[in-house]
Amino acid sequence: MIFEVFRQERRGQAFAHAGSIEAPDLEFAEAWAREQYGRRQESEALWVVPRDAILEVHDFPDELNKTYHRVDGYSLKAKLKEARERAGTAAS
Amino acid sequence: MSERAQRLLELADDELILGWRDSEWTGIAPTLEEDVAFSSIAQNEIGHARALYELAAGDLDTTADALAFDRSPEEYRSAPLVELRRLDWAHTIARHWLYECADELRLAELKSSDDAEVAGLATKMDREEVYHRMHAQMWADRLCGEERFESAVDELWPYALGVLSPELRTALAERVGREQVDAVERGSHSDELRELHEEMTMVRRSIPGATW
Repeated sequence: MIFEVFRQERRGQAFAHAGSIEAPDLEFAEAWAREQYGRRQESEALWVVPRDAILEVHDFPDELNKTYHRVDGYSLKAKLKEARERAGTAAS
Repeated sequence: MSERAQRLLELADDELILGWRDSEWTGIAPTLEEDVAFSSIAQNEIGHARALYELAAGDLDTTADALAFDRSPEEYRSAPLVELRRLDWAHTIARHWLYECADELRLAELKSSDDAEVAGLATKMDREEVYHRMHAQMWADRLCGEERFESAVDELWPYALGVLSPELRTALAERVGREQVDAVERGSHSDELRELHEEMTMVRRSIPGATW
């Protein structure tokens, strides 16, 4: 079985994917994950998840090019510049 | 030599030699994951040996490295169990499991010692040993009933008893579900230890007195 391992580097941080482990069951997966991803004190915590439990989602169509749904639909830089000029606090 | 120093050396020598033996699997363990895990356990054992040698070195007015590497094989106090070279996985796990079961009993006794230094170090070591025990037990559970594993445990059982002082042996027999037999006691060493010693001390002997 393949287990995906997610690692939290410091308390409060988001878990990020660290790698995967092949193990016969969760017990072996825990032991091996500890040694591979925790033995150097590099992790605060781990999530060990059977790969089958992960739903991978693809394909996000935007056929009509709705730029207003996207961050790049707005030029924040230009808006910020205008706002700063109005307020007289333009960045030097 | 004080009784405390003798006991510390027994323990340190067990951990050093077993760590060395376990490290012989690095690169050739059954799976990549186990290779990393078992190598890490081997490093932990050697770390425990270092801490124990340091404590003993203070009593004996020497250094941890000198205790670990400058004694002759005959002066080591390790139990015959840890010296055996059995490079097949059934024996390796059988030894690992038997040793961890014995070590748990020994550490429990040391943790309640009146000697604060010894009790403190035993407590620290035990926090890592928890995971060694978990690792050993999961393998033992998995191999339990397999003929090769069971015959390896039978073969090593008299050696495992020799790791502990006689007072703790009844508890070990209960823990592993086996009858007490005559133990293979500490005190004599096999040629396997002499070979291991030769290899283990090779670099240190190459330039006597050097600081590494």
